[in-house]
Amino acid sequence: MAGKPKLHYTKGRGKMESIRWLLAAAGVEFEEQFVETKEDLEKLRKDGHLLFQQVPMVEIDGMKMVQTRAILSYIAGKYNLYGKDLKDRALIDMYVEGTTDLMGMIMYLAFQPPDAKEKNLALIIERATTRYFPVYEKVLKDHGQEFLVGNHVSWADVHLLEAILMAEECKPDILSPFPQLKAFKGRISNIPTIKKFLQPGSQRKPPADDKFIAEVKKIFNI
Amino acid sequence: MCGKPKLTYFNGRGRMESIRWLLAAAGVEFEEEFLETREQYQKLIKDGALLFDQVPLVEIDGMKMVQTRAILNYIAAKYNLYGKDLKERAFIDMYVEGTTDLMGMIITFDFTPPKERNLPLIIERATTRYFPVYEKALKQQGQEFLVGNQFSWADVHLLEAILMVEEREPTVLSKFPVLQVFKARISNIPTIKKFLQPGSQRKPRPDDQYVATVMKILKKD
Repeated sequence: MAGKPKLHYTKGRGKMESIRWLLAAAGVEFEEQFVETKEDLEKLRKDGHLLFQQVPMVEIDGMKMVQTRAILSYIAGKYNLYGKDLKDRALIDMYVEGTTDLMGMIMYLAFQPPDAKEKNLALIIERATTRYFPVYEKVLKDHGQEFLVGNHVSWADVHLLEAILMAEECKPDILSPFPQLKAFKGRISNIPTIKKFLQPGSQRKPPADDKFIAEVKKIFNI
Repeated sequence: MCGKPKLTYFNGRGRMESIRWLLAAAGVEFEEEFLETREQYQKLIKDGALLFDQVPLVEIDGMKMVQTRAILNYIAAKYNLYGKDLKERAFIDMYVEGTTDLMGMIITFDFTPPKERNLPLIIERATTRYFPVYEKALKQQGQEFLVGNQFSWADVHLLEAILMVEEREPTVLSKFPVLQVFKARISNIPTIKKFLQPGSQRKPRPDDQYVATVMKILKKD
């Protein structure tokens, strides 16, 4: 079925942001329909559009896809961002799961009560600098290639850039011990489709502010 | 590298159980090393065996694989349990993510302080959000399997989820006749039937001792 993919989500990052990044990196134009009220969500549910009653939901190629990982895997597979064979895929999957875990921590930070935020922010920075970034730094150093897997741009590279930028929003100099990642960041940001996505006016969403968090809590009853 | 896959994890279900199920369903023999002390775990980290300092770890085909989903994806694809094309993969992925969320609630349940546990919520989710989806998917296709009229990872994962929920609420399938038939059918697939028998590498339900061991090893008090 022709036509651009259509994304259903709130007007913020959340779990949809990685999907926006990947589509943008692949040079795929997409439309967005924003869930702005509880009623918007209820309507999607009542009309049977959400397999497990949840968003993200992406209408693509005749399917109403849900579940973030399923959607990302499909896009990566379709647009040749998933490596050339099973072993490349395995590496990409492992790397992406790592950056997913890190970005997940950052995403939930915005929903923590104020007294827990400081402690969790410290934990995020610790995890980023001792568990996650050293891994990607070493991968790049060991093979000396431009990209994480198979000497070819993949979903893993897009996801890592997204994670780096998100972590830098938490602590601007967080990459200072990681020269390979600094160079990687510069390189991947300059890929034309990604460069475009990083410019103002793109469909990239800003970090959540208190007002947005309050709206989201209301929509999802949390 | 030849040889059986080797699984390193605690001596219990947790996140490794779905991997045991999938290997067993594919008829693949595997070895296991159990983490029983914090020292063992720290040694694994020091030796650089754990990419993100976490288990599950599966040594397979010359790789030290970590991250449950990455491992499951690899096994599914290698043993032809991942559908025949991108669209079938998409459906398998969606279904598996659903059963992952449901089983995730149960895994977390055992590690939640008793006062905060919410079994009714799990049963509600199972019977109103998850099981109806699979009941409908099977009914609509009138087929034996969830995707592409062929046995796949989605079927194995759904059976695992059904059995896990039934352990907490034995009547949970009472309103799902198609799932009842599915359960019996998939349980009778020879590799799965074997895995369901006593003496297999399937792990029992977590008990308090298991929870305490895991917390000790990971130093989560």
